[in-house]
Amino acid sequence: MKNRRLASLSAYPYVVWMAIFVVIPLVLVVFYAFTNDAGQFTTANFNEMGSYTMVFVRSLVLSAAATAVCLILGYPVAYVLAKESAGFQRIALMLLMLPMWINFLLRTYAWMSILENTGLLNTLFSDIGLIALVNKIGSALSSSYVPIDHFQMINTQGAVILGMVYNYLPFMIMPIHSVIVKIDRATIEAAQDLGADDVTVFRKVIFPLSLPGVLSGITMVFVPSVSTFILSKLLGGGTTMLLGDLIELQFMGGAYNPHLGSAISLIMMIIVMVCMALMNRFGDGEDQAVML
Amino acid sequence: MKKILCLAAALMAVLLVFTACGSSEQEVVNVYNWGENIDETIFKDFEKQTGIKVNYKVYETNEQLYAVLKQGGVSYDVIVPSDYMISRMIAEDMLEKIDYSNVPNLSKIDPNYLYREFDPEQEYSVPYTWGVVGIVYNTTMVEDPEESWGLLFDDKYSGQILQFDNSRDAMATALFYLGYDVNTTDKAELDEAYQLLVQQKPILQGYVMDQMFDKMEGGEAAVGVYYAGDCLTMIDNNPDLAYFVPEEGSNFFVDAMCIPKGAANKKNAELFINFMCETDICLRNMDVTGYATPSAEAYAELDEETRENDILFPSEEVLSNCQTYVNLPADTLELYNDYWTKLKS
Repeated sequence: MKNRRLASLSAYPYVVWMAIFVVIPLVLVVFYAFTNDAGQFTTANFNEMGSYTMVFVRSLVLSAAATAVCLILGYPVAYVLAKESAGFQRIALMLLMLPMWINFLLRTYAWMSILENTGLLNTLFSDIGLIALVNKIGSALSSSYVPIDHFQMINTQGAVILGMVYNYLPFMIMPIHSVIVKIDRATIEAAQDLGADDVTVFRKVIFPLSLPGVLSGITMVFVPSVSTFILSKLLGGGTTMLLGDLIELQFMGGAYNPHLGSAISLIMMIIVMVCMALMNRFGDGEDQAVML
Repeated sequence: MKKILCLAAALMAVLLVFTACGSSEQEVVNVYNWGENIDETIFKDFEKQTGIKVNYKVYETNEQLYAVLKQGGVSYDVIVPSDYMISRMIAEDMLEKIDYSNVPNLSKIDPNYLYREFDPEQEYSVPYTWGVVGIVYNTTMVEDPEESWGLLFDDKYSGQILQFDNSRDAMATALFYLGYDVNTTDKAELDEAYQLLVQQKPILQGYVMDQMFDKMEGGEAAVGVYYAGDCLTMIDNNPDLAYFVPEEGSNFFVDAMCIPKGAANKKNAELFINFMCETDICLRNMDVTGYATPSAEAYAELDEETRENDILFPSEEVLSNCQTYVNLPADTLELYNDYWTKLKS
């Protein structure tokens, strides 16, 4: 009895923490979203948002693309990894996490100097003659071909997707891996005993059982991707604005309008919550997947 | 009841964590300045002289500075806004009057930079740097350009042009090119300038501020527009770069040190501002930042070559063709915000 009292007492610091850093800011966001500079109630902030539909669409499309790439890249890695020895898995997982020990901003700056027109990759391509080769093929195919001296990689939407994939890929691999590892060998053996070949085993047994991990992986990549900022500024040249940048612009940038910023934040939170609710609906037993 | 007590105790515990950090006795001054805009070694000298420790932070644009101060919750003692932002801050009662009896070195400042439009009574500011906005270009990629703003809008250099990442400076490039008053409040003129920026967007490499240094010095971009002092730094680092002030005229700016309302260490701030006007400190800062100093005494100490550097000290002819930004009325500012968000999205 006493122990339980103690246990519930020890939760209080966390409750206070949540109250100060989650609940109060949320209340402020809602308050700002529905008021104007004079502090009066208004829904004008939401009406104004119509002109930023493109930003919403772009954010959703780019993060969906990044999530899809993460899934395609991450699933096989998680699958193969889960079959290796425990010691190998530990080291491999640590290596996956290793880039995370470096600051997000620094990693993104590194990508800038890799992708730039005079950057590492373009220098490499021109040194091994790839650019000359492309020019040769191009001018052979069409007489109006304009020779290039670099591949345009930075300041494109592709670069922004790359930035998202690079930064959030571990969040896809980890949950999938932790679910696959826990699949009971007996279920696979049973399927094999009943005459299923490897493809069928994967399709009918392993993949359905790993679905909770896939779903939590998708959530964990999509949510930070859709709310990310600075990536589009550094890798996209500031011309492909995302939701996070639009919000930042309202608070820190040239257009100081915290009311509009709050309204956009509120809508974004709703989008994220809807996504998570959908995921939960499809993924019963998602709690099996270990969050990081 | 007990629950409330527990909650209160926990609250105290959390608060203690925060207050515990801020209980040192050391005198401090919190300085908030533009990026790459000071010789950071002078802080040591200031601390040695006065025992006051300098906490230094940087911002990228006037608008960012404004947003940070407006949101509150921060306490800076010295800030360095530009002219138009100073007048806006004065109008919105965001600045503290400076007690000039603590800043005797004000007498060293060239009177030319005092009592200007942005602070007509000379109550709130002490000039720190001045300069003009100009175009910097890479001579290996751009040959003998016309000295015009048109270079920024020339699709021959598509994908190689860098534009300002703040509304006031970016709009100004378009207004100058169109030949309009840079402080215009005429909606039709502003709209035309905005349309020009919209057309310019597809040929831009990006909207940048201090990233300009890396991109221009590394030969990543061919044309950029920035503040003269920084352009000088870029040219120092990459001799292929050249610079001009467009013949349509440009922006003449003064960045001045101010004390925001409610500064916790006003006295220290004034000591710091006074220190910043010492002649040798002006010279050291000028050496690092590349910006011209408004100090007449420091100017007198300069050698011939520096004084004749027309990036640092543009000729009378160029200066007479330059305009200062003034604070704009609220509805024009709103229009700027609106255009800027639309342009960037």
